Amino acid sequence: MQKGYFGKFGGMFVPELLMPPLLEIEEAMNTIVPSEAFQAEFHSILEDYVGRPSALYRCPNLSKKLGFDLWLKREDLNHTGAHKINNAIGQGLLCRHMGKSVLLAETGAGMHGVATATAAAMLNLECVVYMGATDVVRQSHNVRRMNLLGATVVPIDSGTQTLKDAINAALRRWIADQRTTHYCFGTAAGPHPFPTLVREFQSVISREAKAQMLKKAGRLPDYVVACVGGGSNAIGAFNEFIPHEEVKLIGVEAAGTGEPGCHHSAPLNLGTAGVLHGAMSMLLQTPEGQIEPSHSIAPGLDYPGVGPEHAGLQDCGRAHYGTINDTQAYNAFHTLCRSEGIIPALESSHAVAWVLENAASIPKGSQVLVCLSGRGDKDLGIIEEYEKNKKI
Amino acid sequence: MSILTDRIRAANAAGRKAVIPYLPAGFPDRERFWDELTALDAAGADIIEIGVPFSDPVADGPVVEQASLECLEKGACLSWILTELARRKGDFKAGLVLMGYYNPFLQYGLERLGRDCAAAGVSGLIIPDLPLEEAQPATAALTGTGVDVICLVGLNTPVERLKLYAEKARGFVYFVSVLGTTGVRESLPEEVLAKLDEVRPLFNVPLALGFGIARPEQVSPFGDRIDAVVIGSALIKHIREGKGAGSFMEDWRPAGK
Repeated sequence: MQKGYFGKFGGMFVPELLMPPLLEIEEAMNTIVPSEAFQAEFHSILEDYVGRPSALYRCPNLSKKLGFDLWLKREDLNHTGAHKINNAIGQGLLCRHMGKSVLLAETGAGMHGVATATAAAMLNLECVVYMGATDVVRQSHNVRRMNLLGATVVPIDSGTQTLKDAINAALRRWIADQRTTHYCFGTAAGPHPFPTLVREFQSVISREAKAQMLKKAGRLPDYVVACVGGGSNAIGAFNEFIPHEEVKLIGVEAAGTGEPGCHHSAPLNLGTAGVLHGAMSMLLQTPEGQIEPSHSIAPGLDYPGVGPEHAGLQDCGRAHYGTINDTQAYNAFHTLCRSEGIIPALESSHAVAWVLENAASIPKGSQVLVCLSGRGDKDLGIIEEYEKNKKI
Repeated sequence: MSILTDRIRAANAAGRKAVIPYLPAGFPDRERFWDELTALDAAGADIIEIGVPFSDPVADGPVVEQASLECLEKGACLSWILTELARRKGDFKAGLVLMGYYNPFLQYGLERLGRDCAAAGVSGLIIPDLPLEEAQPATAALTGTGVDVICLVGLNTPVERLKLYAEKARGFVYFVSVLGTTGVRESLPEEVLAKLDEVRPLFNVPLALGFGIARPEQVSPFGDRIDAVVIGSALIKHIREGKGAGSFMEDWRPAGK
């Protein structure tokens, strides 16, 4: 297979000026990351600082109601409240090993920005976070967190002023500052080697979950379900199960309001193949190849593209991708709060919702593993506004 | 021989650098764009680079990005550009190239693109997000159409990669003068001079210098190391100030030169 490709998806569609730093990261990924010293340091930070291994929890009340075992991989219990920290720590360490002093990141909702700012503070690196101006206003709480952690947050007021424009701006900054700066890409998308590098650091999710399932359930899960925006928690949750053909892998995209003609964030289900942010993948685009705006109630899923490995897994039939709309995700959010005493992120609520909505077709006695990628405290403002608008 | 190489060599033979202005298609609006293009041609542009607007132009600075987004809003798209150029085929003395990001070209269809560029009198494509590793499908589809895929290299391109680009170079090689995006700079980095000495002998096509350039005196230190100059953001600013493309060219092509 061509380097950096997953079937026909992936690649390095970037200006030549970015090829040297990308090839430098590729080299570091192949030499530094597998080294014993790097792995030892990475895993000791994950254990002592992030709080890994994260719990695997069988939901007693929902399992009883549904007639199958619902297991949650509790990435929400990580330091900073989501899976994003796994990747930020890994790339922060790599940045230091490569002799660079600045971590540059893009962020949409702010979770990857907070994770990167946290890793940078802990590893004594400078941190610059690019964030769409609209998101800076919507997620002001996370902007304050990043500032407290010592990061510089740069609001981007070009284009749609959201995540995709923050990525454009971060790529531009990286062209100029590549000698001192490592671009800590937040999801399993973008040009090679980012999809592979991010998968490498997020795969700790499925490594742990596989061992925990074998120990607690005595067997592998029948389903692994995860939400997909760019797709980093999903690829992390899938990776170790990919060779086990009997495990069904389900990615869940955000269908937005679900009304015909409305914006959504489901390129695998409703998009077409094209090139954005350095990779060939599935995209929301016009027939002329212009990128279309996305929408989801979950800010972390609100992105018009998706990681190329997911497009490849869909294409070869190994993984399947469903959709959940805003209302279904909102309902699942409340169900998990009330039934299990867990407030999930709205992103992760999409994965929970897929299970609840498809419960009738899941055989009784199944083992269903959901990646609970983050906690929902950050979403209380969105929930409040949603209820006000819907007069709930 | 490539039309683009010809145009640059002809300017050099006349004792000057070839001048390559860049204008986004549909700027300042869909009608006036054609007037400005005609004015650039009449004022002696050797090659004109026509920007194909894209929603996410990662290699561009704020001036080109803003112009590009305005053009999109006004309905400028690749099929409009190629249709209108085909209607005017033969009207321009200058060589024509399209500068645009890969996705709109890809969605148009690479085979169809080759045919329609040839029919529209377009002699080259500059695709800033298509490095060596990904260029094969485009170069294969365009082979035999007379449309060159122009390669871009820069200050950080190692010599091994330069050699690979040099093997495939057609038309001219575009040297990016800064580690950065498009947009006017007060001065160009000092390291450009030394890098040009390394790049120049590897290529047997002419070399154009672009990014950051606003005034002729910025490029005079480079002497014979460069054969052509690309100017973009400075022209957009000039037109935004209410002045015409023709008067912009006076700085670059003094009468009679």
